[in-house]
Amino acid sequence: MTAPIYQVEGLVIDLYTPTVSVRAVDGAGFHVAPGETLAIVGESGSGKTVMTLGPLGLLPEGVAVDLRGTARADGKDILAMSPAELSRLRGGFFGVIFQDPMSALNPMLKIGPQLAEQARRFAGLSAAEACKEAVSLLARSGIPDPEDRYDRYPHELSGGMLQRAMIALALAARPRVLIADEPTTALDATVQAQILALIRQIQKEDGIAVILITHDIGAVSVLADRVAVLYAGQVAEEGSAIDVLTAPVHPYTRGLLASVPDFRSDSASGTKEIPGIPPNQAQLEAGCRFADRCDRVQPQCNTRRPRLQTVGMGVVPHRVACPVVIAAEGIVTHD
Amino acid sequence: MTDTPQTDGPMTDAIDARGLKVHFQTAAGLVRAVDGVDLTVRRGAFHGIVGESGCGKTTLARALIGLQSATVGQVSIFGRDRADWAKADRKGFARAVQFIFQDPLGSMSRRQTVGQTLEEPLQIHGIGDNKARRARVQELLDLVALPETVLDRLPRSLSGGQRQRVSIARALALSPQLLICDEPLSALDVSVRAQIVNLFARLQAQLGLTIVIVAHDLAIVREVCSSVTVMYLGRVAEEGEAKAVFSDPAHPYSQALLSAVPSPNPVTEATRPRILLAGDPPSPRNPPPGCRFSSRCPVVEPRCREAEPVLRPVAHGGAAACHLADADAHAMI
Repeated sequence: MTAPIYQVEGLVIDLYTPTVSVRAVDGAGFHVAPGETLAIVGESGSGKTVMTLGPLGLLPEGVAVDLRGTARADGKDILAMSPAELSRLRGGFFGVIFQDPMSALNPMLKIGPQLAEQARRFAGLSAAEACKEAVSLLARSGIPDPEDRYDRYPHELSGGMLQRAMIALALAARPRVLIADEPTTALDATVQAQILALIRQIQKEDGIAVILITHDIGAVSVLADRVAVLYAGQVAEEGSAIDVLTAPVHPYTRGLLASVPDFRSDSASGTKEIPGIPPNQAQLEAGCRFADRCDRVQPQCNTRRPRLQTVGMGVVPHRVACPVVIAAEGIVTHD
Repeated sequence: MTDTPQTDGPMTDAIDARGLKVHFQTAAGLVRAVDGVDLTVRRGAFHGIVGESGCGKTTLARALIGLQSATVGQVSIFGRDRADWAKADRKGFARAVQFIFQDPLGSMSRRQTVGQTLEEPLQIHGIGDNKARRARVQELLDLVALPETVLDRLPRSLSGGQRQRVSIARALALSPQLLICDEPLSALDVSVRAQIVNLFARLQAQLGLTIVIVAHDLAIVREVCSSVTVMYLGRVAEEGEAKAVFSDPAHPYSQALLSAVPSPNPVTEATRPRILLAGDPPSPRNPPPGCRFSSRCPVVEPRCREAEPVLRPVAHGGAAACHLADADAHAMI
């Protein structure tokens, strides 16, 4: 296995507003290697975005943050970096695609020059080269007639085209890690399929690492090599996409997948529901975060926090934080 | 409190819309949001309206109950002309037909507690005394599985799923027979979405409601709807029994739309054939001539760019608006 290019361990992120403090990430971690796609799956408030972007200093505005743990990009300690170093890293090493293209593109500037500026600053191209590069990035992102679109303002492009322009912008600095935060949530089904195919193609061609942050199991199934399932700021289960999506062990993962209908399967899968709502992360109790919604709950779950244990014999470690199911189903662990 | 609307018989359809058009005049030109739609929804159906943004599905839903006035066309609800009914007996119409909005927070008063929100329709319609109304509110909470503790809370302090439950409870307060829901699931998390879907299915079975749901989550529509209408650029592309349409879609657009939904199983996903349409849906300001899907259709023929196809019966028992589809065969992409 290739060494990870972005790696986060034992991350704890507390967010404070004047009225509440929230433990958004609670001892979670992940790693991603070049050429690999990691999907970080969770529902709103699970901490998936904060965990991935927090170490890079991309956090909600107007919130005080306390961040502990380790985060390394290409072997370098990110958390020890000066703001200037971190800014360079964000611009060049990481490329980010957001849910809303207008949060990345400047509405007052034409598309092409925004791309060229990025390529000049972070990929070290001359002005003339950067301009050419911008056109070729637009073409690569599947935008028809790129020379014409170069001179367009963001508002002149449709939703799908804007999403592509933002992908081109994220690629302009030639990043080594592409972070896609809910890249298709706001898009229509047929356009979603196009964008997912585009991300997959770019990754294959460039061999970059991709982190997909999403709650859409379908998108995970299309793109991911590995999956980490996040619940209330902790990793509940992680492993290869095939292990986690087809043989889930953690009751939350099982519940999440059972709530997603698959109209291609003949079995009437139904839409099973997980009762209740995620816990209030302002007042977390000891023990398993999922305990009060879990159908397999045991007395121990309320007092002892489960740790990730490795199950199965796959090449990609499949790790699960639920000793109850592991014991009840006689699953062999080895770590 | 069951206030049966006067109809011309129990066998009339819940909704019967003919030649419905909703056009908007904008600075950039005429937008044909809904452009000639016929729609029939049977009593007791759970009907899904699906399509991509700009296809007119929300405008259609709003026009069905008069939240949006139609440019042309006529809508009957339970056999009565909707416009006449709403004019002659606005309250009676409101008791029979209710609408649920996509954003529950935006559709509730931020200063009213859940208890006040649920009681208000009962007060307006003069139903029961204080005590009877309290009992009805309690009943409504039970119906949507909300705890009594939410009664004193403001919408802001509820979770997304709880808010949607409150807006469903409010819509049910007057015991309507027809519920029209505009993307009631879009703002919800996956696990909560399943809770609300199951709630709709249970309510329908329990109360014998007719439900129309506008949705873009096709997998969920297949799971819960009995019938479905697929829209494209203001027109009906295909319609029929949900299971039938999903298993053998006759319109190339329906085929592409279904193909675009990824399987949650990565093994299935990696091996299934996929249809990728080029480009975005065109603007409803400027639909292509002939068949509206002709500009993106992989199996387009010259005649498709000339004449607009009409809905005709197809193999699955429903209808599709495609020159290449009839009762014997249809195009496959």
